[in-house]
Amino acid sequence: MTIEFNFHIQRGPLTLRVKATLPDQGVTALIGPSGCGKTTLLRAIAGLEKDPQGYCRVGPDVWQDGRHTLPTHRRPLGFVFQEPRLFSHLSVRGNLEYGLCRIPKNKRRITLEEASRLLGVEPLWSRDPSHLSGGERQRVAVARALLTSPELLLMDEPLSALDPKGKQEILPYLERLFHTLALPVLFVSHATDEVARLAEHLLVMHQGQIEASGPINTLLTRLDLAQRHGDQAEAVIKTQVAGHDPVHHLTLLDFSGGRFLVPLAHLPVGHPVRLRILARDVSLTLHHQTETSILNIFPATIDARTDDGLSQTLLRLRIAEHPILARLTRKSASDLALVPGKQVYAQIKAMALLV
Amino acid sequence: MPFPIFGEPDLDALQVTLQLAGLTTVILLILGTPLAWWLAQSRWRFKFFIEAVVALPLVLPPTVLGFYLLIALGPNGPLGQLTTSLGITPLPFSFAGLVVGSVVYSLPFVVQPLQNAFVQIGQQPMEAAATLRASPWDRFFSIALPMARPGFLTATVLGFAHSVGEFGVVLMIGGNIPQQTRVVSIAIYDHVEAMNYPQAHLLSGSLLALSLALMMTVYGLNRRFFMVKP
Repeated sequence: MTIEFNFHIQRGPLTLRVKATLPDQGVTALIGPSGCGKTTLLRAIAGLEKDPQGYCRVGPDVWQDGRHTLPTHRRPLGFVFQEPRLFSHLSVRGNLEYGLCRIPKNKRRITLEEASRLLGVEPLWSRDPSHLSGGERQRVAVARALLTSPELLLMDEPLSALDPKGKQEILPYLERLFHTLALPVLFVSHATDEVARLAEHLLVMHQGQIEASGPINTLLTRLDLAQRHGDQAEAVIKTQVAGHDPVHHLTLLDFSGGRFLVPLAHLPVGHPVRLRILARDVSLTLHHQTETSILNIFPATIDARTDDGLSQTLLRLRIAEHPILARLTRKSASDLALVPGKQVYAQIKAMALLV
Repeated sequence: MPFPIFGEPDLDALQVTLQLAGLTTVILLILGTPLAWWLAQSRWRFKFFIEAVVALPLVLPPTVLGFYLLIALGPNGPLGQLTTSLGITPLPFSFAGLVVGSVVYSLPFVVQPLQNAFVQIGQQPMEAAATLRASPWDRFFSIALPMARPGFLTATVLGFAHSVGEFGVVLMIGGNIPQQTRVVSIAIYDHVEAMNYPQAHLLSGSLLALSLALMMTVYGLNRRFFMVKP
């Protein structure tokens, strides 16, 4: 099953005209410049923005189809707002129970204890929301939303109001959450590192419209979209821990295109690891260099090329079936005659592990 | 000069006053809550008209208000004809008439703090509650009412205190019938007219002490005080 929606909403200067189908499992990130309608779309799915003519279906359940519209409180969703919106007249526990006690007992799929443990908010139960840190508040808000046993979790930049420390505090909880629960999540984000780390599917919006929708790495490596990220153009490769090399303090990460060597990461064998590879950290050679300090070299095929009209060229290559990006000077690209179809070796100088 | 004590008529006046203020406050909270909620939520273009009418008693001389109420409630007035047709005796110069006048007179003192409190809550917690499966009624009782608690305290105390202190409206529609419509403010006026200053002191002092105590309750319990603005 899928999630499908179609909205046409006019809000001040913004005309939102969106129609899309999303997988109903895994994490979808909704990205795009500020003011492009991401929040409005999320609110429309929740029924908080009214579009009487709109259509919205989640799995088998039609939430609105132009004739019937379920009000927000009848939609089985969880919503985490940008600001935590905890109820100030209730304790943390009162906030958690607010949604829980409105769900019939036979429809509850998660207990107060489970949700609290998942988000680490059990020690906060008796506290007053005004005495929590930003990260703690947002964790309570996420737990509160989960306790309604939603069919779809909507998150509107849940981390944007937090400082970097608060962000680092909550990210591992979210990751664990997304891995543990078989729950489709649609979250709005500005930060590419969050997206690379959490999302499997991307929905790219621009000026009230959906510009692209697809698996994360397919979209990250679409050259027209990637070029907008300039220096931050990146690709993500999913790998698994294959073992460790204690002598050299390295960890071995396998994927179908080969094996990466990265600085030792204390992770069990088999643990999934996402590698984020920036285009600017990839250089190309025509022959396999053996006398080089670079450890991670893979044979690759050039797939597409685009020039920025100035000094830079962005290339997409494939290592086995995995697309990655390389950013070179236009001069190098011409000197090496790098055109689609050409076989090269990709030297990856650096990568970030997203565990 | 002996220390003055409350005479029988003064005690009657106090009792009428407290009954009047208490009943008025209860009625105003029942009527004012939905009105204030509507004023806080509505985006109707002509809402300002209703707001102006609600605020009118703040600026209108009580005698003007009392005069119109007297006309309206009298046997030939529109409300008077209604009450007569329902078999109720005309309201002027009765305790019930005083309650009606009092309710109108103190309306803004209850509605405005409540409206401010509801506006202050804003849409955010209400939306959050909706995403947590609370229906509109449920949201009103589980979020709006408890979060507006300081507003309710202010409204209750201001409504009560203001009803205790009314004079002009009572004079116009209530007259001065002992045990029925003779309230403390009228009794004080009578004492002063009769040059009975010790009794006037006693009653005035009592009213001052009561009002001060009520105000201190509000200011003490509400860190934020919702000022009544015309």
